[in-house]
Amino acid sequence: MSQGKTGPVVGQRTIGGYLLSLLAWVVGLLFFFPVFWMVLSGFKTEPDANGPPKMFFEPTTEQFSEVTSATSGLLSAGQAFANSFWAVSVSTIAVMILAIPAAYSLSIKPIGKWKDVLFFFISTKFLPIVAAILPLWIIAKELGWLNTRIVLMVLYTAMNLPLAIWMLRSFFAEVPKELIEAAQIDGAKLWGQITSVILPIVAPGIAATALLCVIFAWNEFFLAVQLSPSSGGATVPIWVTGNVTSRGNFLAKLSAASTLATLPVIIAGWLAQKRMIRGLAMGAIK
Amino acid sequence: MAEVRFEAASRIYPGSETPAVDELNLDIADGELLVLVGPSGSGKSTALRMLAGLEFIDKGSVYINDKDVTLSPPQDRDIAMVFQNYALYPQMTVASNMGFALKQAGVPKDERRKRVEEAARILDLEPYLDRKPKNLSGGQRQRVAMGRAIVRSPQVFLMDEPLSNLDAKLRVQTRTELADLQARLGVTTVYVTHDQVEAMTMGHRVAVLDHGKLQQVARPRDLYSKPMNRFVAGFIGSPAMNIIDVERHDGVLQLAGQPVPVEMSTADALASTDGSSFGLGVRPEHLALIGDGGSGIAGEVTVVEELGSEAFVHVATEHQGERLTLVVRDEGETSTQRGDNVQVGFNGPTHIFGPDGERVGS
Ligand SMILES: Nc1ncnc2c1ncn2[C@@H]1O[C@H](COP(=O)(O)OP(=O)(O)OP(=O)(O)O)[C@@H](O)[C@H]1O
Ligand SMILES: [Mg+2]
Repeated sequence: MSQGKTGPVVGQRTIGGYLLSLLAWVVGLLFFFPVFWMVLSGFKTEPDANGPPKMFFEPTTEQFSEVTSATSGLLSAGQAFANSFWAVSVSTIAVMILAIPAAYSLSIKPIGKWKDVLFFFISTKFLPIVAAILPLWIIAKELGWLNTRIVLMVLYTAMNLPLAIWMLRSFFAEVPKELIEAAQIDGAKLWGQITSVILPIVAPGIAATALLCVIFAWNEFFLAVQLSPSSGGATVPIWVTGNVTSRGNFLAKLSAASTLATLPVIIAGWLAQKRMIRGLAMGAIK
Repeated sequence: MAEVRFEAASRIYPGSETPAVDELNLDIADGELLVLVGPSGSGKSTALRMLAGLEFIDKGSVYINDKDVTLSPPQDRDIAMVFQNYALYPQMTVASNMGFALKQAGVPKDERRKRVEEAARILDLEPYLDRKPKNLSGGQRQRVAMGRAIVRSPQVFLMDEPLSNLDAKLRVQTRTELADLQARLGVTTVYVTHDQVEAMTMGHRVAVLDHGKLQQVARPRDLYSKPMNRFVAGFIGSPAMNIIDVERHDGVLQLAGQPVPVEMSTADALASTDGSSFGLGVRPEHLALIGDGGSGIAGEVTVVEELGSEAFVHVATEHQGERLTLVVRDEGETSTQRGDNVQVGFNGPTHIFGPDGERVGS
């Protein structure tokens, strides 16, 4: 009797557990499927890609060589990747250089009315970017920045800065106050406190924030296509759409180009993950 | 080596009316271990942090070695502090934690290593020098925090309840080690605790705080035998002193109908004090159960706390028409039992406190 009573309880728990992990897998795969299908289609021929969905086919790298080969007059892959690389890395570095001191002064040594300041930082994000594009275009034209990398470096910095400050602020706020006090008593000046104590603790947060900035800037399309559509400053998303043609099939080519476009983001994610080891602050207090 | 002096130093936290530390006057001698003790919220940590430079001093001043440091940042005070939660740098090894202050001071690497190793030897931390704090036990972390303080040979050690995260047994052991270490190093130390046993066993002198005000500062035995007010009398000693409101009839204080004996000097002071209501304090060991035939305060035993070497007997009696429980020390392995009818007599000094709570007489 007692076995009959306890048996189902344990069994139900296990079944529930299995169901939950199954659900997690299903949802996870659902999210991954479009990416998987994109990569798969990149290795197909155009007829295979445009025909009825096929799991098994003869893989080819034909599309990859086609999208990367330079065609005169058109934006080359190399140029697009170079433009993107510069716009993304310069803007991300600029964001971090500006956001780290801002986060410090909004959390560890809060300035007066820091909550208002924080709100002002995010308020530009309320503005629909479509409303701002015409003034931006005029300013860029006046400065001679249309179709340059510079316009994107500046705008991507401005675009990501509020988010970075918000994220970093909450990471900085988690640094135990006693650690900074201990560093002060140990004779560390502001610079020593920041470099030796605070930054190592918030490093995972900085990595996560930088990764998001990279992803957002890398995939940004609207500003790029409006302000910098030709080869002087055109970025990878513009190059990807360049493979959409009005005549003939392009699904396989588009997939190949998109696959290439995601590679740098995956590499950035992998690099950031190495720094995002959790529990670094453990053992500091208590 | 250093002397420390608080001169009417106050801290009023923003948004608060009452000072967390109220006009603190305190002189700490070179090499002394002074313990700040008081109940939770009495301002002990605040006073310590004022000395550390972590808390702004709203009024008054603080001196280290006759140098006014009231406005100096912590970096310029040459002090070391052990935090209650240790505050070890998580990303650094034990050795780097201990050497951090020396590195900030620009001490060369070789010298730094030598001093860290020396401190590690004193504290038995040698096997752990390459570990991170998260891989240490609570007791080891506590020692690293100590080590971080001693490698610097600072002017003053500040410790804020450094033992409160240890288990009872380790706490008692570490308490002795710490007192011994302090005596050997001879560094002036201010030690904060809310545990009066820790205060009494460790302190050369003990300063009692309540509501931000200094109540008394004295050697432990003087604090115990001559508490200057009712608060100190009740706070110091375990089990606590019996403190009872008594009335004066015909010049004699009465407890449950019995006359209260007072010392000669107290009697003189009492005679020249007006009023009829006083506070009587008497420690459990200064009361005794007296056998049949004696004349004492009659009562009934309600609780017997047997501790082996001694026992504390709670005796319920009637005083001024209300029930009153007296705690009386008795021999260990006492034959007294709950329900016994006993007589309680005075067996040692009593303490008398005036209506303002201050001690009457010396
Ligand atoms: N940062 C602060 N802002 C406002 N009030 C504070 C602050 N820190 C402490 N207080 C108040 O000041 C008083 C003294 O606090 P303090 O921390 O010095 O007490 P304590 O004696 O160390 O107590 P405990 O034994 O609980 O640590 C308390 O009433 C507390 O609420
Ligand atoms: Mg405290």
